[in-house]
Amino acid sequence: MNKLPIESGLILAGILFILGLISVMVRRNIIFMLISVEIMLNASGLAFIVAGSRWAQADGQVMFIFILTMAAAEVSVGLALILQIYHQLKTLDSDAADKMNG
Amino acid sequence: MLNALWLIPALPFLGAFVLILFGSRLSWKVAAMIGAGSVGLSALITVLVGIDFLSTGQTSFQYLAWRWFQVGDLDTSFSFYLDKLSLVFIFVITFVGFLIHIYSIEFMEEDPGFSRFFAYLNLFVCSMLILVLAENLLLLYLGWEGVGLCSYLLIGFWYTEEKNGYAARKAFIITRVGDTALAIGLFILFTTFHTLSIQDILSQAPQSWTVGTSMAVMVAFLLLGGAVGKSAQLPLQTWLPDAMAGPSPVSALIHAATMVTAGVYLITRMHVIYELAPLAQLWVGIIGSVTLLLAGFSALTQFDLKRVLAYSTISQIGYMFLAMGLGAWSSAIFHFMIHAFFKALLFLAAGAIIMALHHEHDMFRMGGLKKKLPVIYWTFLIGAASLAALPFVTAGFYSKDQILWLAWAGEKANVGFFLAALVGAFVTAIYTFRMVFITFFGEEKTHVSHVPGWRINTPLIILAILSVIGGFIELPHTLGHFALFTDYLSPLLPSVSLREGVEQSEWTIQIVAGLLSLGGVYIAYYVFVQNIPLSEEIKSSAYGVHQYWFYGWGFDSLYNTLLVRPFVYFSRLNKNDFIDKFYTMLVSIAEFFNSVFAKTQSGLLRWYLMGIVVGAILIITISLFIQS
Repeated sequence: MNKLPIESGLILAGILFILGLISVMVRRNIIFMLISVEIMLNASGLAFIVAGSRWAQADGQVMFIFILTMAAAEVSVGLALILQIYHQLKTLDSDAADKMNG
Repeated sequence: MLNALWLIPALPFLGAFVLILFGSRLSWKVAAMIGAGSVGLSALITVLVGIDFLSTGQTSFQYLAWRWFQVGDLDTSFSFYLDKLSLVFIFVITFVGFLIHIYSIEFMEEDPGFSRFFAYLNLFVCSMLILVLAENLLLLYLGWEGVGLCSYLLIGFWYTEEKNGYAARKAFIITRVGDTALAIGLFILFTTFHTLSIQDILSQAPQSWTVGTSMAVMVAFLLLGGAVGKSAQLPLQTWLPDAMAGPSPVSALIHAATMVTAGVYLITRMHVIYELAPLAQLWVGIIGSVTLLLAGFSALTQFDLKRVLAYSTISQIGYMFLAMGLGAWSSAIFHFMIHAFFKALLFLAAGAIIMALHHEHDMFRMGGLKKKLPVIYWTFLIGAASLAALPFVTAGFYSKDQILWLAWAGEKANVGFFLAALVGAFVTAIYTFRMVFITFFGEEKTHVSHVPGWRINTPLIILAILSVIGGFIELPHTLGHFALFTDYLSPLLPSVSLREGVEQSEWTIQIVAGLLSLGGVYIAYYVFVQNIPLSEEIKSSAYGVHQYWFYGWGFDSLYNTLLVRPFVYFSRLNKNDFIDKFYTMLVSIAEFFNSVFAKTQSGLLRWYLMGIVVGAILIITISLFIQS
């Protein structure tokens, strides 16, 4: 099989990560921020997989399962918090939660 | 019994202490008993101590209460020094003080601040006793400041009225100027003699300083500055007429009998220094004579009963200063004692009149009180006669006559002093009896609403008796030369030697003095009883002079322009306190940066996120560059 150079995989993971980061910074809707964070997590997971296949070890795959588990837990907690924010502020605009300023 | 000397100032202090702490909870009767009783006990102990002291015939007695502090060369203690001079003073202070306390029980009966009044009065008596019993100058200064404080508290006793507070502050600030001069004098004395013990200074001074040394003159002038402030002489006399805003017992005790004589005590006590500084002694006499004339003429124009008496006090203390300027120390003390009796009497009687006429102070709205208030009339008349020095029957004659005689015949006498004293005696008689005739004779213009009781009448009667018989202990040469008082004080205070060949003229001087006082009474009678339109005519034709004398020879407006207005101007200029600006500027810079940085805490999630990202980029870039 044609071996793709490992750099392409890492570059792909990096580009996905940065896309996710920009998306988190730019978006105002909290749910979209959460989705973007998911993208960042998956990008880092891709980087692990690529590294694991380069050295032909199962550690990469194991890390990815950890990351998936963590992401699931995080999303459930995050969604619960978002529900609370929506209950208080009646909007999903993150700029509305700016009381701790000054 | 001499060991009980410390009780004399301690008992009033205890009274003041108890009244300050518990006064509001004590009943009227208990507060009165504590207040008057403490001074009464002091008076009793004074008598016993005095008998003991005089019978043993010692010249002095010293009692060390405790050591105050010791710093470097200065080792001061609370020690009390009793000698014949201080014995005279404590006798007058406690005895007259006790009578005034009894009087105050009835005078301040209705006042809600009754116990506060007695607390302050007791504190005052304690401070004054400390002043005269002090063995060292630092303790004297403590008493000096204490009486100044109590004077402030008592003048402004009815503090809800603004003008009373103003008068109290004026008194305090003006005497403070004098106190500063006194303090500087004390500093110089300490640096020269390394001790502040009075007797040590007095014994070392003639050895260290020859007559006329500039150091001695400077110290004498500084002490004179302090005395002038407390005793309301030129140029610091403006506070005393305004101090009449206080209750009449206060005016009687503080501003007639005791505090204002603190200056006389100081100069007499330090007489050795004045003998070493003839220039300063001359100025003591000059200040005394000018002040007595100034105040006498001012008293002629006043219509407020208490203000006449205030100017009269200034004038009589001028006589005491004049006597000290002549070197007649015992005459000054004798006049002090007699003056304390009749002036306290006059102030107490004036207070009783004002109270009886429901707080009417204007003499021209009084009148016809001869029949309505007989006890007050007769006692006031006796006091006024003593003040005007009516010949032979009043104590004032003997004390003032001695000063008059020595102003002519003493070795330091000069024409100026003698003429001033003579004119002053004449003017005194006129204004005193002007006061008597306007207040008691004529038609009744204000009705008597309250006749005083025994607590007011008894002190008046006792003081009136003393104003008559007090003089008989010191008769001049021509009348038998019974010089009990001078002999009593003589080893302590040197007597005055006379000029050459003047003994013959003593009769002449006495006759002249007697005629002047009687003449003054007659003129007052003529102008203010028989020919009242004449007084109006004189006033309107000399209106300019009248107003000038009425306002105290313009001193108040002079000080206002010279001192008060520039001070107020500068304090307004400095309203924003430019010196403080430096420190507030530090604060405003810190606040500025705080506000700038506070803006970075916007509360927005996306802002913080961007902060994290930018920081991460920076760190990665820097670490990449460091690596390469």
